[in-house]
Amino acid sequence: MTNLASIKAGTGGGFHPASAPDYLPDAQLRDLQTQRLKRIVKQAYDNVALYRRRMEELNVTPDDIHSIDDVVKLPFTNKSDLRDNYPFGLFAAPMNEIVRVHASSGTTGKPTVVAYTREDIDVWSNSMVRAFACYGMHSGDIIQNAYGYGLFTGGLGAHYGGEALGATVIPISGGNTDRQIMIMKDFSVTAICCTPSYFLHVLERAQEMGVDIHDLPLRAGVFGAEPWTESMRDRIEAMSGIKAYDIYGLSEIIGPGVGAECQAQDGLHLFEDHFYPEIVNPETGEPCQPGEEGELVLTTLSKMAMPMLRYRTHDITCIYPETCSCGRGIRRIRRIGRRSDDMFIIRGVNVFPSQVETALLAVEETMPHYQIILDREKGLDRMEVQVEVTADVFSDKVRALEGLQNKLAKSLEHTLGIHANVRLVEPHTIERSQGKARRVIDRREM
Amino acid sequence: MKLKQLSLFLENRPGQLVQAAQALKEAGVNILTLSLADTEQFGILRLIVSDWEKGKRALEAHQCVVNAADVAALEVSDRPGGLAEILGIIEECGINIEYMYAFTFGRDGKAILIFRFEEVDEAIAKLQARNVNVIGSVELFELSGGR
Repeated sequence: MTNLASIKAGTGGGFHPASAPDYLPDAQLRDLQTQRLKRIVKQAYDNVALYRRRMEELNVTPDDIHSIDDVVKLPFTNKSDLRDNYPFGLFAAPMNEIVRVHASSGTTGKPTVVAYTREDIDVWSNSMVRAFACYGMHSGDIIQNAYGYGLFTGGLGAHYGGEALGATVIPISGGNTDRQIMIMKDFSVTAICCTPSYFLHVLERAQEMGVDIHDLPLRAGVFGAEPWTESMRDRIEAMSGIKAYDIYGLSEIIGPGVGAECQAQDGLHLFEDHFYPEIVNPETGEPCQPGEEGELVLTTLSKMAMPMLRYRTHDITCIYPETCSCGRGIRRIRRIGRRSDDMFIIRGVNVFPSQVETALLAVEETMPHYQIILDREKGLDRMEVQVEVTADVFSDKVRALEGLQNKLAKSLEHTLGIHANVRLVEPHTIERSQGKARRVIDRREM
Repeated sequence: MKLKQLSLFLENRPGQLVQAAQALKEAGVNILTLSLADTEQFGILRLIVSDWEKGKRALEAHQCVVNAADVAALEVSDRPGGLAEILGIIEECGINIEYMYAFTFGRDGKAILIFRFEEVDEAIAKLQARNVNVIGSVELFELSGGR
């Protein structure tokens, strides 16, 4: 049995074989990327009508791909392409080879569906192993996986990765904070996977329960599925004595495990032998200069069930030109602070302003003017929806207006799956620019 | 015998009342009495004015959200127990009060209270049957000194 001090220090582990590609010499990495790009472009072109049509429009065939640099010849893919081809239109493998599907958390309209062959699941698990290894985790770790299990990729992604690492996985899923704390303590958990804001909530609850995380073997947090900041990391680390690590991923590409911080905690390494990154100008789609900030575009080099060619993530970041002190050769991106579209992430849930609009209109068809204010209080994201009062809904009775507020809040919670405060405001007070209101004000410090 | 009361939606932030007051001033509409209901997040200003239609138009021109509702002005004895007496009658009649507020002026030892009932016509009929003096708008305007 290892003692607490050595567990806390994260020693006792070692190099995991899955991490080998992290350290490939540049030329070898490029060879691998080229080889894989050729294969995946052929897979996409031969099996997906959309890709074939788009490539034909650009006069490109799989034969035009000679090196990884030729990725720029390929057409972009957008989230709307997934929606337009719902549910299975972008699958490149026959159903008898597809062993799993996941879907986005979108609760209105159609979700976006993604698929995996057995080989894809292995690629995914492997990437998660490499992420865990980046954090210094290893066989013998006890992982409390508090990401949600289900259609969301977070739960199962971390679960398979943890098992493949050789760790012990506790599939506790999200929620029931008191039980989370009890299990963390009683099962000698060494690492936890959840959203950073949920972990802050866990910490606050633990304090109330008289549990000091410093006294537990817990040493690493795998935090993702929502944007967070350095100051939040500082808070978490000071309150708990653990190391708080960022993880990057998106279901369209594979799920969590596209990129991960290493123990240097300075940018996220992308597992670029599977997920090839480009940074482009979000307006023009033109490639950015090395080190320049832009939109991250990813091409899946290995995923057979549903290849993604030059997928526009809408995540704004840059690729660090320098190599990392940890010795990994794979490149790093700056942690994601903002997005180029109007979608925002709150407490791990993707929200589009259009969903908010739908929820408001479901209650009262005559309240078209609203604004979403995002804030962070004590590390927890809060969402307030301000709605302009109209003569149709206005009443001289306080009770009636409070009733309206409650109905709107309920409708929002029902549609989005998260709680939002509703504030009624005077007409014409919500800022309009060029006739169109600015829908989202994000005051969270990024 | 019922009166029109104007209500205005106000956010709880500084300077909100000024705009409404300015609008009424410009239209030459006099405020006979007012009451402000406020919650943590918003307020409702209730006004009895000399000319409610003109007042409503003026406020709406200033982009206010305005609601006109029927209320009843009841005369009560301006002495200890006066309010208890009228509330007793209202209770005996089985009438629900949404809210109420007072006028600043009265006459001959009488005060005037504004009541918002759910069913104002029914309430007025019941109260008049109990000899409560329900004051009309013309009378009210004269009482206020014709301002």
